[in-house]
Amino acid sequence: MSGIFVQGYGAVSPAGWGVAPLREALTRGEPVGTKELSRPGWSSPLRVRAVPPPDPRPAFINHARMRRASPIAHFAVGAALEALGAESGKVSAGALRLGVVFCSLSGCVNYSRRFYDETLSDPSTASPLVFPETVFNAPASHLAALLGTTAINYTLVGDPGTLLQGLALAAEWLVSERVDRCLVIGAEELDWLISDALRLFHRTGVVSEGAGAVCLGPEPAPGHSIRLHGITQPYIFSKRQPRAQAALRARAELGMNGSDSLLCDGIQGVAGLDRDEAAAWRDWAGRRVSPKTVCGEGFMAAAAWQCVAAIDELARGTCATADISVVGCNEQAIAAQFVRSNNGSDTPVGSL
Amino acid sequence: MLFSTPHRVHPPSRVVITGAGIITALGQGREANARGFRDGRLAFRPVSLFDVSRQRVKTAAEVDLPPALTGTRLAPRELGRLDRAAKMLILAAGEAWSQSGWEPSENLPVVLGTTSGGMSLGEAFYRQAIQKPASQRGQPTRVQQYQPQRQALNLEEAFGFSGPITIIANACASGANAIGHAWELVRRGHAERVLTGGYEALTQLIFSGFDSLQALSPTQCRPFDAQRDGLALGEGAAVLALETIESARRRGADILGEIVGYGAATDAHHLTQPHPEGQAALAAMRAACETAQLRPEQIDYVNAHGTGTALNDSAEAMAINRWAGSRAPTLPVSSTKSSIGHLLGAAGAVEAVVCLMALCQQWLPPTSTLRTPEPLCSFRLVDKAQEAKLEYALTNSFGFGGANATLILRRWA
Repeated sequence: MSGIFVQGYGAVSPAGWGVAPLREALTRGEPVGTKELSRPGWSSPLRVRAVPPPDPRPAFINHARMRRASPIAHFAVGAALEALGAESGKVSAGALRLGVVFCSLSGCVNYSRRFYDETLSDPSTASPLVFPETVFNAPASHLAALLGTTAINYTLVGDPGTLLQGLALAAEWLVSERVDRCLVIGAEELDWLISDALRLFHRTGVVSEGAGAVCLGPEPAPGHSIRLHGITQPYIFSKRQPRAQAALRARAELGMNGSDSLLCDGIQGVAGLDRDEAAAWRDWAGRRVSPKTVCGEGFMAAAAWQCVAAIDELARGTCATADISVVGCNEQAIAAQFVRSNNGSDTPVGSL
Repeated sequence: MLFSTPHRVHPPSRVVITGAGIITALGQGREANARGFRDGRLAFRPVSLFDVSRQRVKTAAEVDLPPALTGTRLAPRELGRLDRAAKMLILAAGEAWSQSGWEPSENLPVVLGTTSGGMSLGEAFYRQAIQKPASQRGQPTRVQQYQPQRQALNLEEAFGFSGPITIIANACASGANAIGHAWELVRRGHAERVLTGGYEALTQLIFSGFDSLQALSPTQCRPFDAQRDGLALGEGAAVLALETIESARRRGADILGEIVGYGAATDAHHLTQPHPEGQAALAAMRAACETAQLRPEQIDYVNAHGTGTALNDSAEAMAINRWAGSRAPTLPVSSTKSSIGHLLGAAGAVEAVVCLMALCQQWLPPTSTLRTPEPLCSFRLVDKAQEAKLEYALTNSFGFGGANATLILRRWA
């Protein structure tokens, strides 16, 4: 095996369904418009960035498993199917063993809130149809059912740095030949509870929703050759290692950049959230893309958009290497590097 | 480096257990739990943690927490913020940690399984958020502490170490998946030592959820009984200290047992129901045996998932029958959920520790509530604790969403 390669990638974001609208929004560089989300007991609504309804409506939403599924499952499946592309047929036919690593911070919060509200009102009438959809791994289960894959399938919970850990896990499954392809998906859905919670810490933050997916495999994809070059250690926040120090260590492990490098960071224009990451990457001389400044704080989905944006730039040949920095909200700082590979030779940069 | 190119492939290491901790409604620690299982105790009682007056079922296996957590590095203020789930996790980890003899270090991975983390704090957040007039008092702390990664961070702070955190939320297979993943990290050379396990506290949302599905037994949880009518919920935690055999020997550590096999598979049949013939359960058991290079004839005891629901137990019985083949008629099988209930995300970890206790002390844990064996079961159901010669024990965990996981443990002699 010569490496771990990107087979495909997909996105669902406040910019729309698919990588193309995300790319266009990032190119424009203007924040996607917000919408109002009512919050019980408050006269003034919360401002959020929501995924617009899909147009046309994807066929998968009519699948028996998806009809009652929560928005996060729709977003995850939408991004995953785009990332898989034509290979979804091979998975369904049993010709490809597809692993799934689904990552989320908040999970199926719409249905959890709704079910708990029903429980508080009258548990004897709480809906048995809603409860199973509250489970963290429901989206990954729906995706597996839709594709007909029975291979290993993990749902990981944590702060947004978990997505890069998920990429490392997928790479390990591929190296050990446990699967032929592995989808890594990060997804979140909006709810007033999440927006309210963020507001307790950062009043100017705008919560968003969606998903991003990367499909990895052990050989280059037909149309492009983008290789996962490395993922740093996760640097855990603690009393001994504050968030700022963890961000610096992840940056140091990734190494210095070259002029043909791109940085996809998690900066979003909220001073309290950005400070540590901005300081760690202060000396970055190359180009930057910051999806959260455009799409909002999408937590795990935003970390996935960062990966998708980096891979898309590599696929379009606008850079030779792309670094991804994720300085999570309360757990870890971690970074990764993808490289464009030409005929087996590539130009990794830094100390990875 | 979590992943790098070129990727180094290490020859597989043997992975041993040098510390184990458990807390369930039977008590705190391996001794209390072993005694409880051996005596066939049932730990169910009326739920006191939240209002169940309008639920169909009103009992569960609640844990009696000690009045104070001692032996950790957490400050009183930090201890005061912990919810039940975090406390149970730290109690189980404390037992494993002290037994392992590990010292604080800077790169000790933690792999945990849970379905709901600190959900009781999430519930409290919601109840306060909808109150009028609105109050934000305590809300930031609830937001932080309810997240599963916070409980893992608390665990690291409690024992003075740090390292990568992985939280697997594969429903009721989470604990087994966590141990399986930790085993793979050590076995493949990504870590020399890993602290791993599962934890789960009873919460109103989850209790109400299972009650709404009519999955809870209104009588008594009787896994693999012909008259079974549902599961019973419990809570608890279990933690294992895993390390390479070389590391354990170098330290002169007491070795309790070995993990030799792990298999996982996905059941795409239905979100909450298993394939009627237990296809994914069979695949997980076969995969675990393959990694362990064992045949079913070499397995001496199966700790079944055995929830006590009609669908789970019949599907699992079919899977065990098919997997065991000619070994089935003499294969001892039990479900310890009959004593402590279904611990959801902690179940796989707790049942792995039950298997470890059985291997260490050479006895078979019983399905204490069994009256009339389900006719589908071709295997021998253990209804009373009994002495036995055990070399290998296999434990199954299956969850919502079709998550299926199997672990195989070996006696250390």
